[in-house]
Amino acid sequence: MGATLKDATAIAGIGQTPFAKHLPESEKTLACRAIVAALDDAGIAPSEVDAFASYTMEETDEVEIAKAIGAGDVTHFSKVGYGGGGSCATVAHLAAAVATGQAGVGVAWRSRKRGSGPRPWKNTRVQLPTPGQWTRPFGLLRPADEIGLLARRYMHEYGATRDHLFNVALACRNRANQNPAAIMYERPLTREMYMTARWISEPLCLFDNCLETDGALACVVVSAERARDCRHRPVYVHSAAQGLPAQHHGMVNYWNDDPLTGPAWTAARHLWKGADLGPQDVDVAQIYDAFTPLIPLSLEGYGFCGRGEGAAFTEGGALEIGGRLPLNTGGGGLSEAYVHGFNLITEGVKQLRGTSTAQVPDATTCLVTAGEGVPTSALLLRS
Amino acid sequence: MSATEPARAAMTASVRESLSASVPGTTDTAPGDDAGLLLPVPDEDGAPFWDHAARGELRVQSCSDCDELRFPPRPCCPHCQSFASHWRRMSGRGRIWSYVLPHPPLLPAYAALPGYNAIVVELAEAPRIRLVGNLVAAPDAPLNSVDPARLRIGAPVKVVFTALPGGVTVPRWLLERP
Ligand SMILES: [Zn+2]
Repeated sequence: MGATLKDATAIAGIGQTPFAKHLPESEKTLACRAIVAALDDAGIAPSEVDAFASYTMEETDEVEIAKAIGAGDVTHFSKVGYGGGGSCATVAHLAAAVATGQAGVGVAWRSRKRGSGPRPWKNTRVQLPTPGQWTRPFGLLRPADEIGLLARRYMHEYGATRDHLFNVALACRNRANQNPAAIMYERPLTREMYMTARWISEPLCLFDNCLETDGALACVVVSAERARDCRHRPVYVHSAAQGLPAQHHGMVNYWNDDPLTGPAWTAARHLWKGADLGPQDVDVAQIYDAFTPLIPLSLEGYGFCGRGEGAAFTEGGALEIGGRLPLNTGGGGLSEAYVHGFNLITEGVKQLRGTSTAQVPDATTCLVTAGEGVPTSALLLRS
Repeated sequence: MSATEPARAAMTASVRESLSASVPGTTDTAPGDDAGLLLPVPDEDGAPFWDHAARGELRVQSCSDCDELRFPPRPCCPHCQSFASHWRRMSGRGRIWSYVLPHPPLLPAYAALPGYNAIVVELAEAPRIRLVGNLVAAPDAPLNSVDPARLRIGAPVKVVFTALPGGVTVPRWLLERP
């Protein structure tokens, strides 16, 4: 019998900075603040940290972070590629390291100044090499344009409408309206606002796009045994997966044989294989929402409904509190903050601790996913 | 506010700077309709595509052992792992698989073409080969020369080639039934 990840580790601490369009401090300072807060939340001394995991797009390196927070000797460090696809994988890598004894206390984090900083797609020098030579000269410039292509095709094939995308935007906004830390707190969204909003990449409008945000988050991963001695109820990493489908190219599923079954499908197969639970057992979901169409695509990929049924799934308040699958209960990337999906992980932890601002009563299982449309990752958390 | 909603003011300085800073190969600063559009920067695998395009030919990389087409081009055949390949000429006919109409914030040269389209074309003889492109009214017409209302998934299209001022030729697409 081989080692298993199942419930062997837990998230024992979470931390975050404020979220804003502009924060004066540097990304490094924000990262340190979130990490120190997460360790304090767990009741673990920074000198005990011996593992780090972050994104390849993270500008703050573990060497700098380890020095700044006063970590001890570090025996595991890892970085995950493909932008927002890396969020859950950072925790998964730490869980694997802790479960196999390569480290004892792991920290994952994401610090970002995209509210006040530059947009990566403007950097044509970086964008243009492969695969940019096949897309950028034709004015397919931004992630919104690339996801817009998939959205248009999805709407065409399955009869999805803008009202379905609005259902997604509204559920996230309604939850943000309950969350004082959210950028869109006290800023309600109406159907009229959505339907008359300016286009960003038709068929996607302003409200189909996530928020650009300054902020940082972190979480602490330890063994399940150790987590039981920490300050809060442990949130166990029940299953974890990464997904890079055969023949996939980042952001451009249309080069796959079957463009509407993206990385979520690959990650989901592995995630459920490693779990004692199935989609029917999930109480609340934090699904990566850089763009609204990623939600119906992910609902299908992770098995909450059949192929082509993801848009219809959003009807009748299914994604709202009290609905079939409460979604992105902190407000998500669309309405709380867009920090490459890391706030979805911490919100999942809050739900399973019972401390969310939009608490799902008695939630014991939470699915968290990373960016769909790019090589992705997912976590199944349980209390 | 959103991933794609920086104030237009924020678009100007840094982007204009990067566009005019004569980064070799990335921009085209020559006058004309296409001034400022991004030019393809071929890599070693992709260069033959652009060489063929410059001769007015749409060719896709094909395995020399198992004959499978692949796109984007790469060194090794994913079906049989052969490293031998050649470039097979396509009919240049296809259908619109999907399309978007990008709106600002955009790089300045594209923002100057309001209503331009970006389309994905599935090739008639190889529908799993999908190329990003633009639907235009004529080979030398601007990227916004087709009324967006005429765009439709499934519409038959045919390739044309446009020589850009910077000396690079790109494929573009016309409606079969204009
Ligand atoms: Zn072959």
